[in-house]
Amino acid sequence: MNNQAPLRDEMNAAADDRPVKLRCKDVWKVFGTGAEKFLASREGVATSESLAEAKLVGAVRHASLEVKRGEIFIVMGLSGSGKSTLVRCLSRLIEPTWGSVELDGMDLLKAKPDELIEIRRHRMGMVFQHFALLPHLTVLENIAFPLSVQGVDRKSREERARKVIELVGLSGREQFYPRELSGGQQQRVGIARSLAVEPEIWFLDEPFSALDPLIRREMQTELVRLQSVLKKTIVFITHDFDEAIRLADRIAIMKDGEIIQTGTPEELVLHPATDYVAEFTRDVQRSKVMSAARLMRPVTPSADYGGTVQATDKVSTFSARIVGCRKSFLVTAADGRPLGEVTPDAVIDLLADRDAVREVRV
Amino acid sequence: MTVADTRTSPRAPAIAGWTLIWVAAVACVAILYMLPDIAPWAVKYPSDAVIPIADWISAFMAWLKTNFTWLTRSITDVFNVPLQWAISLLAKGWKFGYGPDALTLPRLSWIGVCAAFALAGYAFGGIRLAALAAGCMIYIALFGQWDSAMLTLALIAISVPLCVIFGLLLGILAFRKPWIDRSIIQPMLDLMQTMPTFAYLIPMLLLFGNSPVSGMLATAIFAMPPMVRSTVLALKRVPHEIDDFGEMVGCTQRQKLLKVLLPSGRPTLMVGVNQVIMLALNMVIISSMIGAGGLGYDVLLALRALKIGQSMEAGLAIVALAIVLDRLSQAAARQRPSAHVPDQNFVQRYPMLTAAVAVLAGTTVLSHFVPAFASVPAAIKMSTAPWWKAVVDWVNIHFFDAIEAFRTFLLLYILNPIRDFLVGFPWLGMVLLVGLAGYRLSGARLAVIVVLMTAFCAATGLWEKSMATLYLCGVSAIVAALFGIALGIAASRSDRFAAFLMPICDTLQTLPSFCFIIPVVMLFRVGDVTAMIATVLFAIVPAIRYTNHGIRQIPESLIEAATVSGCTRRQMFWRVQLPLALPEIMLGLNQTVLLALSMIIICAMIGTRDLGQEVFIALAKADAGRGLTAGFAIAFIGIVADRLLRASTDRLQSRLGLV
Repeated sequence: MNNQAPLRDEMNAAADDRPVKLRCKDVWKVFGTGAEKFLASREGVATSESLAEAKLVGAVRHASLEVKRGEIFIVMGLSGSGKSTLVRCLSRLIEPTWGSVELDGMDLLKAKPDELIEIRRHRMGMVFQHFALLPHLTVLENIAFPLSVQGVDRKSREERARKVIELVGLSGREQFYPRELSGGQQQRVGIARSLAVEPEIWFLDEPFSALDPLIRREMQTELVRLQSVLKKTIVFITHDFDEAIRLADRIAIMKDGEIIQTGTPEELVLHPATDYVAEFTRDVQRSKVMSAARLMRPVTPSADYGGTVQATDKVSTFSARIVGCRKSFLVTAADGRPLGEVTPDAVIDLLADRDAVREVRV
Repeated sequence: MTVADTRTSPRAPAIAGWTLIWVAAVACVAILYMLPDIAPWAVKYPSDAVIPIADWISAFMAWLKTNFTWLTRSITDVFNVPLQWAISLLAKGWKFGYGPDALTLPRLSWIGVCAAFALAGYAFGGIRLAALAAGCMIYIALFGQWDSAMLTLALIAISVPLCVIFGLLLGILAFRKPWIDRSIIQPMLDLMQTMPTFAYLIPMLLLFGNSPVSGMLATAIFAMPPMVRSTVLALKRVPHEIDDFGEMVGCTQRQKLLKVLLPSGRPTLMVGVNQVIMLALNMVIISSMIGAGGLGYDVLLALRALKIGQSMEAGLAIVALAIVLDRLSQAAARQRPSAHVPDQNFVQRYPMLTAAVAVLAGTTVLSHFVPAFASVPAAIKMSTAPWWKAVVDWVNIHFFDAIEAFRTFLLLYILNPIRDFLVGFPWLGMVLLVGLAGYRLSGARLAVIVVLMTAFCAATGLWEKSMATLYLCGVSAIVAALFGIALGIAASRSDRFAAFLMPICDTLQTLPSFCFIIPVVMLFRVGDVTAMIATVLFAIVPAIRYTNHGIRQIPESLIEAATVSGCTRRQMFWRVQLPLALPEIMLGLNQTVLLALSMIIICAMIGTRDLGQEVFIALAKADAGRGLTAGFAIAFIGIVADRLLRASTDRLQSRLGLV
């Protein structure tokens, strides 16, 4: 982030404009007796050594992040990295030991139990790794369940449920019970159920981890499709870096309870903050995360272009075309303004994973 | 290896130290036993130091009785309403008014009830279960046990819902407030389950009067613990995510419990309901023997009159009822909803229920006009009594000498010596050894508990009777364990044998305890040998089951590893399978001991001379203090045995790294 090109700032300006939906600042979750006192006495500053000395276990340590409205924000970490604990702190399923969590500027941690119930009923939705469907209810009843808890009458809640069932493509299965569905279908129910209340913020806790690789892929595509319609603010937990790359606007990588880097997939791949992050990004196909803007150089006057791409397009989306026609492509901004050009050689270098990737600035 | 070596070397002296302590303790006790004159007070508890706990309890009960009779009697009246209603519906019919113009309404027709059971069987488990249910009910009808069986069923029908509701509430409380669970509910459940039922029948009779309600409340107390336990278990087992889901949807506490947690835990809850039903049946049979009426009473009457045939027949009726209730409730527990067509009316959604109600109503109305529907016609009643009698007579004529020789041998050379040894055992020595074992196995806390409980048996002047109980229970448990473990090992080695043995175990486990006494009494008459054999039969199942399961659950990879290392079959068993299955086998033993204890108490009815007899005498005299004190002594013996066995199982498990 420190060595970002000015161009990127300009490009991301549109995204950065979006107001912050969920902000968590310096959140700690420490297990052990006297954890709260310990952190309070140090005003929320502690090292792993001092924690160990006090016989405390830090599951989440000074985690800070900002999720913008309409963004898919992914928290990536291996098992035991604290990602699930962090998302449970954000939704206050677990009470953070220290720090603040703000939803639209309102401090969630100060919400009283009945306020919290209201917030959860109307503004939050959550999808679980193992689906967490109620075994005694049909698909329809499961999806209508959040509304029935709110006291919505049967007719309107079932109407609403049928709408989301259609949205996730489960029409015709309304009267089935969860155990009669496949894993993928069950998670569709889980997704539909969390969407029934039209939440503003949507927590997805490893939603596809329990599914087969093929189904997982299908569901990822499905999520992208849904998000293009719904434009929710999404906090998505995963341990699968490829999944993160595929879906994320931005990714936060966690290790041992700490967020070690936050950034777009491209930033993580190009500028891993630590060796740990680099370990993940090493095998990522760069053409899938890098955009045309990364490869472009200034426009050559009166050149003959083989085609036009947008600055935000990933290289993999046009690499076959540009290599095939052996001509440079014109790179434009979203409004059609020309920004630069990409040469076939640059693309080939990237595909061949040569280090000669140049960062040409406008 | 070196790491292990360095770890064990500093511990070696500690082990030697403990061996020394044990040797010293055993030596002390042995000296005390050989030369009781050194300290007579340590051998036989001095009678002038007996704590009059029985008198205190009696006084307390008397106080309760004088001050709270208004309350208890009104409770009786309240519970009596549904109870009488159920009895009228199933067994006696209604009668309004008096004299010749009284209006009578018939009870449910026996044909209708049989059909309803068959339909329930069909709905829950298909044609086979339907045939089983109908067969058992028709057996009861044709062999003339209908009236008693329906009385028993009515008592069960009212006490089971009572147990389930209170069990659920207590379970929820225990789940919500772990400290209440630990400090009050768990100890209470332990006591409720180890205390002999007769013991708390006495205060029930005193407080709630000599009515079926007392029996029902005692049944409720006896049958509730599994419901509480399975409620806690069901709630704890609900996947964490489902719990989180409930929170995230914004459920209030009550919504989460009623709409999310309890329905999700339904399978486990239903297991609890099944256990409640079986325990309630067991208890209803027992309380019927003290005059509440029902199946057990017939058995006891016939047995006392030495009508072997009749008692066998009535006993089999209990078995039939037990099997029906068990299989039906288990099948009902397995029921899971499946996709249904919307917009059906009630009849379409529940065809079996509608049919059952219709059949019951139809046959009952018919029974007003056709006597054959009202009660089983004498013409089709059967009896196998003469046949049973002939069989027993034949056995007694031809094998009397052999059986008698076996009985006398057991009594003279095994049972009586053990009994004499234990009854003469110095009480202080026993307290010392038990306390030492408790300390060694778990620590000071357990040691204090077991010492206090053992000392209670001595301090209330019940030492000799306690030891008599311990002797009979111990011998039976050891025999049951030996046979049970052997059978379990055999079952674990052969799928065919297991397939043959396990259904028998299932059936043995559903039978009310009293059923085991009948056939044994026929052959061995009353006495300690009979009690022992009946107890062994009753208590053997967990030993078989857990051994089989313990050996079978050993991971395949370990067996393969042992095979690859070149273990022979014998080495495999002694060095791999047995050590790994040991914790599980110990769990089975623990249950075997507790079952044996509960059975030994019931055997007091056939003339043993132990704490059970003490309770029976107290029951006959309505002496609450005496009965409860003996009851506590029995419960404490059970709890001490349970805690020590459990502690050693825990040690074993942690040594194997299983916990």
